[in-house]
Amino acid sequence: MKKHSTDVLVLGAGAAGLAAASKAKQLDAKNVVLLDEKEDFGGILPQCIHPGFGLQYYREDLTGPEFAIRLYEKTKSLGVKIYNSTYAMELLAQDDRRIVRAVGPEGVIEFRPKTVIFSTGARESHAFEIGIVGYRPIGVYTAGQAQTMMDLYGVMPGENVAIIGSGDVGLIMARRLALQGADVKAVIELLPYPGGLARNIQQCLIDFGIQLCLSHKATRILGKRRVRGITVIRVDENLREIEGTEFEVSCDTVIVSAGLIPRVELLERAGARMDPATRSVVVNELLETSILGVYAAGNALVINDLVDYAAIQGERAATSAVEYIRNKGSPPVDWKPVTKGRNIRFIVPHYVSGHRDVSFYGRVMQPEEEVHIKIPEIKTELHRIGVKPPEMITFTISKRKFEKLEDNRLTVSIEPVN
Amino acid sequence: MNERTQKVRMICIVCPMGCELEAVKKEGTTEIISIEGFRCPKGKEYANREIADPRRVLMTVINVKGGHLPIVSVKTAKPIPKQILVYAVRAVSKIKVDAPINAGDIIINNLLGTGIPVVATNNVGKTD
Amino acid sequence: MPKTERIIIIGVGIIGACIARVLSRYQSLKVHLLEKEVDVGWGSSKANTALIHAGYDDDPGRFPVRARICVKGNALWRKWTRELSIPANWPGDLVIAVEESETKTLGELQERGRRNEVPETRIIQDRGELEELEPNITPNAISALYAPSAGQIRHSVEAVIAVVGNAVDNGISLHLATEVENVRVKNGHVIDIETNHGRFEADWVINAAGLYADVISNMVGIDHFRIHPRRGEYLIFSKDAYPKTKRILFPAPTQYSKGVVVTTTVDGNLMLGPNSQDLVKEESEATNTTSGGLEYVWKEAYRIVNSLPPRDKVIRTFAGLRAEPEPTADFIIKAYDEVEGFINAAGIRSPGLTSAPAIAQEIIEIMKDRGVKLVRKKRWNPYRERPKAFREIGYRERDKLIKSNQLYGKMICQCELVTEAEIVEAIRRGATSLDGVKFRTQAMMGECQGSFCEFTVAQILARELGIPVWTVTKSGHGSEIGIGDITVLLKEREAEEG
Repeated sequence: MKKHSTDVLVLGAGAAGLAAASKAKQLDAKNVVLLDEKEDFGGILPQCIHPGFGLQYYREDLTGPEFAIRLYEKTKSLGVKIYNSTYAMELLAQDDRRIVRAVGPEGVIEFRPKTVIFSTGARESHAFEIGIVGYRPIGVYTAGQAQTMMDLYGVMPGENVAIIGSGDVGLIMARRLALQGADVKAVIELLPYPGGLARNIQQCLIDFGIQLCLSHKATRILGKRRVRGITVIRVDENLREIEGTEFEVSCDTVIVSAGLIPRVELLERAGARMDPATRSVVVNELLETSILGVYAAGNALVINDLVDYAAIQGERAATSAVEYIRNKGSPPVDWKPVTKGRNIRFIVPHYVSGHRDVSFYGRVMQPEEEVHIKIPEIKTELHRIGVKPPEMITFTISKRKFEKLEDNRLTVSIEPVN
Repeated sequence: MNERTQKVRMICIVCPMGCELEAVKKEGTTEIISIEGFRCPKGKEYANREIADPRRVLMTVINVKGGHLPIVSVKTAKPIPKQILVYAVRAVSKIKVDAPINAGDIIINNLLGTGIPVVATNNVGKTD
Repeated sequence: MPKTERIIIIGVGIIGACIARVLSRYQSLKVHLLEKEVDVGWGSSKANTALIHAGYDDDPGRFPVRARICVKGNALWRKWTRELSIPANWPGDLVIAVEESETKTLGELQERGRRNEVPETRIIQDRGELEELEPNITPNAISALYAPSAGQIRHSVEAVIAVVGNAVDNGISLHLATEVENVRVKNGHVIDIETNHGRFEADWVINAAGLYADVISNMVGIDHFRIHPRRGEYLIFSKDAYPKTKRILFPAPTQYSKGVVVTTTVDGNLMLGPNSQDLVKEESEATNTTSGGLEYVWKEAYRIVNSLPPRDKVIRTFAGLRAEPEPTADFIIKAYDEVEGFINAAGIRSPGLTSAPAIAQEIIEIMKDRGVKLVRKKRWNPYRERPKAFREIGYRERDKLIKSNQLYGKMICQCELVTEAEIVEAIRRGATSLDGVKFRTQAMMGECQGSFCEFTVAQILARELGIPVWTVTKSGHGSEIGIGDITVLLKEREAEEG
C-alpha cells in the first residue's frame, strides 16, 4: 500500500479545489496534492456549457469548461501533483494525525497530509427526496444527470419533458432540452416564486415559451418502464394541496431540480461538527472545520450561486492551510459565534476572531424588499434592494470594522428599512 | 396624428440582478419612447437592443470523432439574432469534428451569414 | 437407458428457481427455465420484505399446506444461504402486543407455532427483557412473542440470481425474454409449450408463474383458482439513519395479514412495510406507491417502535405485488389426473419466499408419486461462489485486488462502494440492464439512488454489450435510458419541415 506524505491535500478538482491547490502553491507550500475521482478535472464545470462563469474572478464571461481550463492550466503550471480517477474513502483524524485513504488505478494510497481541504462539491436531491410517489420508471433524471448525459456524452434523454423545481439548474436544463428539439411542457414550482434568477426565467423559459407553474406540486409519476407522465396539483399559501385541481402532464422525461446537498460524509464520519441548516460542516473564518487543519470550501461547504465564490473560498482555505503549516497549528483564538437573527436561514462562517477581514455567505428564509443586513455588535447596516432565498447574500466585513466589536458574538439578521 | 404606443415587458439578462424592465415604443416600429426599471446603464442598453435587435449566445454540443469524449461544447463568439436560434442549432449540430479539439478552435467561421464564428469551449483529446 | 424427462418450469422467481435447483440434482432430466422478463426474479420476487419467517403465523387448520411447508423452508434456507453465499442474518423476530386484546393473539400464535414445530418461541412480558431484546421497542408494548428462528436475506432478487446461477451451473437451461403463449395438451397429457421464441416439447410443465399462474393454468383447463395482486408498499432509510432495530418487528397480526414490519435489512438500512392492498387482476403490474399507502405504513410502524428516524432520511419508497390465490388463501401445489404432466406451484403468497426450497422438495415428491424415476447425479455442485465485494474487505486486500485488476480501483457507486470490476463481473454473469447490475452489485441502491452513477453504469453496460449507450435499458425493452444522440430530435424536426 503506497504511503504519501504531503503538506496540503485537496480533495476534488472542481472550481474550489483547483483554486485552492494553485493558491497553496503560490504561497510556497512545498508539497500540494490534488485528488479527483474523475478522469478529467473541473468537477461540475465541464458540463455547464453556458456562459456566466468568472465575471468576478477573471472579469470575463466564460462558459463552465473554459473557466475550468483556466484554473487547471494554472494549477498544473504551478506543479501541483494531481491524481485522477482517485477516490478518497476515509478520513482518520486523531490528535494531530491526519490520514486519508484513497483508491485509484494503482492501488490504495494512504495519504499523510498535514492539512486537508475538502472541496468535494455537492450532490442533487433525487425524486424520492421530494415526496413524489408512483412508479419508478426510467426517464426520471436529476438536472445534473440530464446535463451530464447531454453535454458531456451527447445523449438525448427524451422528447417530452416536465421539470420539477425552478432552481437555476432546472431552468438551464429547460433551455438546453428545448434548444435540442425537445418539447418542454412545464416547469413545476411548489413555492409562489421561482427558485432561480429572474434573468434565467427570461432567457430559459420566456424565450422558449416554456410554461412556469408556480404554487404547483408534482404528486405522482406515471409509467411502469418508461415515464408516461406526471400528475400535478395546485397548492395554497400553506403549500397544502387544493383538492380537485389535479391534472396530468404527459411526458416521457422528468427532470428533478430540487436542490443540492454538500458531499461531506467523510467529514461527518470523522466526527466534524455539522450545521443542519447548511447540511455541511461548521467552520470558522479560516474555513477550518472542527477538526483542526481540515478545511472546507466551495459547494461542499455551502451551495454557492456563483462559481467565483467557490474559487474564492478555495483560496481562503488554502491560505489558512498554509498558515497552519507555517505556524504548526491553528491560532489560539477566542472564537466568537455568529448567530442567526431574523430571516436568516444560514450564515457561514460560524465563528469569527475579529482579527481579519471575513467574507460571509448566507441565505434568507423569506423574500423581502428594501432591507438591511444588520450586525448590531459591530454597528453595521448593509442595504439591499431585495433578498430572496434563491440568491445568496454575501458581504465582507473588514478587520477595521471588527474593532467596534464589544460582545463575544455576532448576530446577523435581515431587517426591513424603516 | 395619434401614434399608437406599445408597452414591452422584459427581464434584463445582463447580470444576476434581473431587473424587470418596461419599455414604451411606437407600435409597429422599433422606435423607443421610454424605458423604466433598470438599475444601471447596461439595463437601458439591453432594453434598446432587445427591442431593435434581440440577440442571444448560442451554446450547444457537437459530435467529435476519435476523441476521449464523444462531443465537445461550443458557443457563438458573440450573440446572434434570437429568431435564428432554431436554425442555428440545427446547422451547428450537423458538424462533426475530428479530435483533438482545443477550447478556442473555430468550428464554423461564419454562422448562417451572421459573420459570427462558432468556437469550441472545451478540450477533447485524441483516444489512442 | 432411462428416458430423459423434458421439464419446463414457467416463471423464474424464487419458486421456479428453487424447483430448478432441486431438479438439477437428478439424472436424465432436461430442464428448461422460461422467464418472460430479460432477467430473473422480477415478478413478486422483485420487491418484498425478504424475510425468512419462523412459521408460527400459518394456521394449520385453515392453511395446512403453508403451515407444513413454511417451517421446513426456514430450516432449508439456513443451509442454502450458506451453500449459495446468499447474505443473510438470523436476528429472530418479535410480535409486539400493545393492547390487551392482542396478548390473546400472541398466545394463539405460539400455539400454532407449537403445532407447526417452530423451534423455541417464548412470550415475554418483562420490560427489561423486552428492551434488551429490542432497544427500540415501543414503550406501549405489553408483551411480545419472540421467535429466534426468524431471519432475512439481503434481497430476494439476489437469492433468485444465486439459486438460478447454481441450477444453471448444474445443467439447467435458462431462457430469458421468453413468454409462454400456450401450453398444449393432447390425450390428457401436456405435450409442449408455445412461446415467442418457439416451441418447447415437454413431458412435465411446472407452473411457477406467480401473478399469472392462473392464466397459465387456464391454458390447460385447470381453473379451480384465481390469482389477484396484493400490493405492499415500503420505505427504506439511509444507512446513517437512526434509530434502527435489533430484531425483526411485527405488530399483532390480523386475520388478513401479518402487518407492517419494521426491520433493519442485512445491509443495515431501516425498512418499514408492507401494507396490504388488494387490487384487481388488471392491476397485475401496479407496482406504484401511493401517498395513502406510504402514510399508512409510517403510522403503523410507529405503533411498535419507540422512535423512527426523521422522514427526510428515507432514500427510497417502492412497492411489490404478492400473488394472492382465491378462493382459499393457501398454496396450490399439486398435479392433476385430468392433465397429466402439469403441476401447479401457484398462489405462493406469504410466506412464499420462506417456503420456496421446501416447495421445490414437494414438487419432487409429487413427481416421484407420479412415477418419475429420480436418480441422483454422481456429481452435483451445491456451492455457488460469490466473489468478495470490495466494500466488505480491508484496505490491504483492496490494494491487492486493484493490483490484480485495475478496474477494482475505479469506484463507480460511491454510496455503496461498488467498483467497475464488480459491475463488469455482474454483466459477465448475466446482467444486461441497469436493474440487472443493481441487484447483482448493490450499485445505485444507496443514498443518491443512482443520480451520480446510473449513467456511468449505463456506459459500462454499453461498452461490455457493444451497444449505443442510449439503448441501454433499466429493465428490458421499453425502458431505454435515452432516445438517441444529442442531434436526433433536431434531425427529425428538420426532416419534418422538409
